[in-house]
Amino acid sequence: MFDEMTGDGTGLRAPYNDIAAWIEASGLDTLRRHTAEAEAVFRRIGITFAVYGEGGDPERLIPFDLIPRVFAAAEWRRLERGIRQRALALNAFLQDIYHRGEILRAGIVPERLVYRNPAFEPAMVGVDPPGRVYSHVVGIDIVRTGEQEFQVLEDNCRTPSGVSYMLENRECMMRTCPELFRSGNVEPVDVYPEELRRTLEEVAPPACTGDPVIALLTPGPFNSAYYEHSFLADLMGIELVEPQDLFVDEGLCWMRTTQGPQRVDVLYRRIDDAFLDPLSFSPDSLLGVPGLFNAYRAGGVTLCSAPGTGIADDKEVYVYVPEMIRFYLGQEPILENVPTWRCSHDEERAYVLERLSELVVKEVHGSGGYGMLIGPHSTAEERAEFAEKIKLDPERYIAQPTLELSSSPSLAEAGIAGRHVDFRPYCLIGRTIRLVPGGLTRVALREGSLVVNSSQGGGVKDTWVLAD
Amino acid sequence: MRLSIRHETVYRYDPPPSQLTLRLRLFAPDHAMQRIEAWSVRVNGAEVSPLLTNSFGDREALWRAPEPPERVEVSVEGTVETEDRAGMLGRWPPHRPAVFLRYSPLTEPEGGIPGFAEKVAEASDGLLPMLHNLNEAVADAVEYRPGATDSSVTAAEALERGAGVCQDHAHLFAAACRTLEIPARYVVGYLHDPDSPLGDTHAWAEAWVEGLGWVGFDPTHRQSPTDAYVRLGSGLDAFDAAPIRGHMHGESAESLAADVAVGAEQ
Amino acid sequence: MLSRTAESLFWMARYIERAEATARLVEMGRRMAMLPGAYGQEEWRSVVAAAGAGAAFYPGERIGEAEVCRSLILEENNPSSIRACLDRARNNARAVRTALTAEMWEGLNDGWRWLGGVEAGTIQPDLPATLERIRSLSALFRGAAQTTMLRGERYDFLSAGAFIERADMTLRLLDVKYFVLLPETGLVLDSRDRYRWISLLQATSAVRAFHYVYRGDFSPSKIAHFMILNRDFPCSLAFCYSGLRAALGRLADRYGARHDCHATVEKAVGQLRDREMDDIFDEGLHEFLLEAIHLNGRLSGELSRAYHF
Repeated sequence: MFDEMTGDGTGLRAPYNDIAAWIEASGLDTLRRHTAEAEAVFRRIGITFAVYGEGGDPERLIPFDLIPRVFAAAEWRRLERGIRQRALALNAFLQDIYHRGEILRAGIVPERLVYRNPAFEPAMVGVDPPGRVYSHVVGIDIVRTGEQEFQVLEDNCRTPSGVSYMLENRECMMRTCPELFRSGNVEPVDVYPEELRRTLEEVAPPACTGDPVIALLTPGPFNSAYYEHSFLADLMGIELVEPQDLFVDEGLCWMRTTQGPQRVDVLYRRIDDAFLDPLSFSPDSLLGVPGLFNAYRAGGVTLCSAPGTGIADDKEVYVYVPEMIRFYLGQEPILENVPTWRCSHDEERAYVLERLSELVVKEVHGSGGYGMLIGPHSTAEERAEFAEKIKLDPERYIAQPTLELSSSPSLAEAGIAGRHVDFRPYCLIGRTIRLVPGGLTRVALREGSLVVNSSQGGGVKDTWVLAD
Repeated sequence: MRLSIRHETVYRYDPPPSQLTLRLRLFAPDHAMQRIEAWSVRVNGAEVSPLLTNSFGDREALWRAPEPPERVEVSVEGTVETEDRAGMLGRWPPHRPAVFLRYSPLTEPEGGIPGFAEKVAEASDGLLPMLHNLNEAVADAVEYRPGATDSSVTAAEALERGAGVCQDHAHLFAAACRTLEIPARYVVGYLHDPDSPLGDTHAWAEAWVEGLGWVGFDPTHRQSPTDAYVRLGSGLDAFDAAPIRGHMHGESAESLAADVAVGAEQ
Repeated sequence: MLSRTAESLFWMARYIERAEATARLVEMGRRMAMLPGAYGQEEWRSVVAAAGAGAAFYPGERIGEAEVCRSLILEENNPSSIRACLDRARNNARAVRTALTAEMWEGLNDGWRWLGGVEAGTIQPDLPATLERIRSLSALFRGAAQTTMLRGERYDFLSAGAFIERADMTLRLLDVKYFVLLPETGLVLDSRDRYRWISLLQATSAVRAFHYVYRGDFSPSKIAHFMILNRDFPCSLAFCYSGLRAALGRLADRYGARHDCHATVEKAVGQLRDREMDDIFDEGLHEFLLEAIHLNGRLSGELSRAYHF
């Protein structure tokens, strides 16, 4: 197992020199005191996270681990190239499948997988989004299994959340442990809202002639990511709107203000496709802005991300991303995929069923760590139950090897201990690609646990990219 | 043939909803089988122009009630020069036909549909003859009986009932094609039938035949569309292809009355 | 500004004031019920009626302190209960979090959390302290708004909501008085009546202020004057309406547009300035109150139409 600080467990990796010295100098009591201070800060400003279907406190706090996760400058350079490459290829794929479908005609991605996928949106066929950008924020979940081994676990092309933690974790660290930042060696992340704003401005629709008016569309205060929505809207200086604040008239999108209707040019929407427009998508939805999709198609407003973007982060489509990189960019993938077996394929399903105790089985359309089987941690009964589910509905499942995620020093009850981590950077795509040096590190705080989802007891850490 | 169309739909609301938006796909396009000479769509008397052309090649307009409406009247009037091309539309619109391999809520390949389709396919030689056989088989399997089904009935349910209307025929035809990996779409339009005027829009289906393009099939009349047909628009199923869709805010009861008259002109 | 933001600020302020008003009503009921020779349940019944919660009880149901505590303070399903008001105030606040300062949010959120932990079994022994805490919650919120909030349109909608609701509270408090004391008595008060009138002042924390202005002349006319026409007493109708006029005036200046609500409040302020208390008593206090409550509702409606919510 690879440890971010110690490598094989005996040494000290260079990027962690300052951290190790700080841990040593502070002592456990001080670290614990800082942690309590940090949590008090989070609680006061109200960063909380509601978890669907779990009951309990709807405004639970995500645990914050004080010890940062660090990338050296050279490590980051490689990650950055890989992330940009992937974000480009995913957008090229979306442009392609909603137009000529070259990758399908070339027989690289099966036609059925795309056209019969629930995440594919037929109404997007032939639509040209401004700048040909579909996914304006791509969150790529990356795991590390060795000094040089980085792998992409999944892509998030629709509306990846969590970036507020990247910003707040840093803010909190700088407040509670300012001494750590004195050397000026850590790349700042606080430019993210500005970069996001610029990205959104760059994709203003044809109907917009002046400075684009941008708004963030949220489902409302009861959404689990509402805090993030209001936080980002605030930092970008844009309105936070709900569907009932908007209406479409004359092919344009308007928000209701105290001084009458005001035009909106770009919507950074944090709401699912199904709830965007009851006239075009889910007709039963009480939410949504009737006619919004028509206004989008007519070039009156830009939706970020575009409807139908979800097809690119489908868990089965994921398997083909390395091929997409070769096909569209003519390059070899810099970041590899995790090997994945598709239960929809007879041979691969047979392989999965034989090795349930070693593999992680996931639902193709699931997210948030629900509906998963982690083979090595499962009981025979759970495996039998999953085998039945797979046989009954094979297309719903994929399987991956149980990865030995790298561990990172964390503050546990007994002291400093390694806990498994993953990493989600947020890549912005407008007329140019932007990537803030950092991201969200999630940590599985339970000893031995490999599930980092905040809905399953995961926590977060500040993530550092060191300057050269 | 020169056809004149008059299509009126009247909605009444009680009480008037605070907001109402209609999406209208009522603009018949020019293509190989029809040339539009005159066409107008009006809502409460005022002309409405299309905002965009959608993925299926159909133009769409939006209409938003300026104030809470009690009554909304949507009227279409047009004159179309049609040509009998044995249902062959060609590659129109130019997008990839394979998108229409996609199933939809009303055309899921459930129940008896895969078996039904296989049986027709096995008994046929060649794609085009098979589609003609399918056209007959659909008409045989689902007897035309007005009022036997409503707009929420799926292709599989209609097959099981053995009775239905043109919508069910078109659904079953499209669903059967898709299970056989043949792209197929649901079509809405008008039919000139002096013997039994329908008083409503008509529905049929189109299947993709490599080399010919889209070819129309009307199981209800056991034929391919002729110059008596005016094609309004298409989609994955009846819901997707609906010429008028509306959304209102507020609790309100909606009632609807429609009338279609298609006449031949000199 | 989004109309929904204005709406949320307006109603958040109203619900916080309403929670306070209900606390004051309960406080008044408590004091009246302790008076020697109290009518027993009548005082509580009138409190319930004034709080607009009559529907929460069956006809003929016993209404005492325990029932009122349950229904008017803790019952979430009673829309006029303090808990329901704070729930709704907080929901509105959540919806416009970024329009509030941290102090305002924290004040409200802390109060909401605290009331969430209060249980029916323990509330009665601590009733005075509980009511006190509710009043201080709204005082804290107002103070936070006053000292931390930018004097922009947000503040104007917040104040407009607070003034409209407070005017409503004053009218309802006076109306309780009307329910308990029928018919309106004239000049001579027996001691029980006198205490009832004074309990009005106590409920609005205004005994000292009243002494200061009227030198201890506890006549119904003076007390009603204080609560309706006095321009210096922050709970009086005249004070609330001049505050409302100022808030609406700032909005009109800001947006460069006047609406129906501006004309209505202007007229109301003028009328209150020209009225004499004796005229009001002559025409009937109850009729006056009904008319004023109606006008207050109309102002609220005109304001929301003017600003599109």
